[in-house]
Amino acid sequence: MPSNKSVSDAPITQFINCRILRDHCLQREDLWVRDGKILNPEKLFFDEQGFADHKVDCGNKIIAPGFIDAQINGGYGIDFSQASSDINGGLSLVAKKILEHGVTSFCPTLVTSPPEIYRQVIPEVRVKDGGAEGAGILGLHLEGPFINEEKRGAHPPKFIRPFKKGGVVDLTEVYGTLDNVALVTVAPELTNSGPAIRELVRRGITVSLGHSMADLSQAEEAVMNGASFITHLFNAMLPFHHRDPGIVGLLTSDRVPAGRTVYYGMIADGIHTHPAALRIAHRSHPAGLVLVTDAVTAMGLPAGRHTLGQQEIHIEGLHAYVAGTTTLSGSIATMDMCVRHFKQASGCSVEAALEAASLHPAQVLGISHQKGTLDYGSDADFIILDDTLTVRETHIAGQLVWKK
Amino acid sequence: MRLVILDDYDLASEWAAKYIRNRIIQFRPSADRYFTLGLPTGSTPLGCYRKLIEYHKSGDLSFKYVKTFNMDEYVGLPRDHPESYHSYMWNNFFKHIDIEPQNTHILDGNATDLQAECDAFEQKITAAGGIELFVGGIGPDGHIAFNEPGSSLVSRTRVKTLAKDTIVANARFFGNDLSKVPTMTLTVGVGTVMDAREVMILITGAHKAFALYKAIEEGVNHMWTVSAFQQHPRTIFVCDEDATLELRVKTVKYFKGIVDWVLWKVQFKGNQFWHLIVTKV
Repeated sequence: MPSNKSVSDAPITQFINCRILRDHCLQREDLWVRDGKILNPEKLFFDEQGFADHKVDCGNKIIAPGFIDAQINGGYGIDFSQASSDINGGLSLVAKKILEHGVTSFCPTLVTSPPEIYRQVIPEVRVKDGGAEGAGILGLHLEGPFINEEKRGAHPPKFIRPFKKGGVVDLTEVYGTLDNVALVTVAPELTNSGPAIRELVRRGITVSLGHSMADLSQAEEAVMNGASFITHLFNAMLPFHHRDPGIVGLLTSDRVPAGRTVYYGMIADGIHTHPAALRIAHRSHPAGLVLVTDAVTAMGLPAGRHTLGQQEIHIEGLHAYVAGTTTLSGSIATMDMCVRHFKQASGCSVEAALEAASLHPAQVLGISHQKGTLDYGSDADFIILDDTLTVRETHIAGQLVWKK
Repeated sequence: MRLVILDDYDLASEWAAKYIRNRIIQFRPSADRYFTLGLPTGSTPLGCYRKLIEYHKSGDLSFKYVKTFNMDEYVGLPRDHPESYHSYMWNNFFKHIDIEPQNTHILDGNATDLQAECDAFEQKITAAGGIELFVGGIGPDGHIAFNEPGSSLVSRTRVKTLAKDTIVANARFFGNDLSKVPTMTLTVGVGTVMDAREVMILITGAHKAFALYKAIEEGVNHMWTVSAFQQHPRTIFVCDEDATLELRVKTVKYFKGIVDWVLWKVQFKGNQFWHLIVTKV
């Protein structure tokens, strides 16, 4: 018997024989989907006297919300910070490939670049729903150029710049438009960063602290101004010191306003952060941990030597080196690898590992009412995994978009 | 009446579930002839529901041609509140079985005209051909459904205000905050349940023992509304040992002694279901 047509004609799918991640634990419940959203079966039963049109047996696997990658610079030979002739083609290629890693939404990241690059690339990138063509784009992550030169990492120093004109004006001068931008990384110790941070937050953009020499009080002031994220904790910032904890001290700061959480990105590839450091961060502030890949162009490419733009890269296992050296050239771990490594290194529960890649990124981006959970009414972006946390299927808006 | 005494809660739940299962199977329900079942809520029947779900999942029992009528629902509680009886029935029973949504009937405690809702419920029961088997529980104050002490023994489905005893008993579901417990309910009447062709009352636990004593060893009394079933032609009381604690030793020995356990054999799709039942009244 079909559902009451006054609510919706769309077919209803019921995923049975599965364990779903809901309310922070894995529960033996069925997952109901209609019209690209998670459906409340009790409401369907009593209000519409409806039932499922199709039932899918999941073989007792785990269903989790799709992973969200808030920091990814490219992959499969594509570099988002290059003004290529086909920016959207490059985005689409990466968006399609990361479905295999369980990523259903991402923030293409631009490293410190000259204004011309921002002028060419930013207008081409649109917030876009995911689907069979690839993961959805939540908005750009602009990592730079308002960072500290001393902590630039791999960013080109000559394009790093301060807030010359009071903050807000600099933003428009450098970036042009802020439409379709979800996340901006700044170094809060730069003069005039306060007004810039406040303006970004006012526009609904998440502000992250990174590539910075800030001490804890400068970082806390930025949080008071609305910053809510830390870019790849430990990397490109002052190391933790017991008399001046620096940005790392935000994890246990008592000056974070009530009701607000400071989230922090972690590259859990086992290389960029020592597992013991990962555990210290996780144990001191588990609710804030956000897994990011910070993947570079070489991610997804096979082992061996590759030419990427001006660089020669050598890939060996999970390491990408500048060819002929032992200098790391960025992260090439995929999101599902990061989830597995995080679980194994921290000893956390399956639920915590999955939430670090889904719920927490959704929370820091302010979209957790729609993404990052399997709550009723949320977008039906989800993945099916086995008990080794290997992704077997990826679904976006209730549609199967990738299967192993 | 038949008084069936099992050793513990699990055995009592299993006995009751098997009885319901066999009655449905033997009835051979079909699209032209539904099996109408009255159902309770609360902690007592949970074990019985779990067993029924087990029988359904193993393929032995289908609810496709079963119509259900619940006894009661709170007034003014949102339907999706976790303590509403709609939520209870969905989570503990309906979502695990193959019953069709339009065959389930639960009173709507948020209807604009509550008495009209009650009258309509009575009509739905009549339209379905009456209740074949009404399963119920008993409150610590001897009430059946929400027919609190003083309810008419010939009452029909209506709005009732809860007694203090019942509100206190239910507080545990509302964070032990008495102010959060609903004070009014819609309930089937004693008369409504008496109209059923067969009634099965589940009573387990020492806290129900006094109510059971009042219900079956004393007279028919509107202060202990379950006692009305002394005047019903086919009633079974299913209880565990603890529930018999206030009965006279003589009563318990009598009912255990006159038991003529017979294996009731029911054939269904090539499987045979055996169940021990009491034949003597």
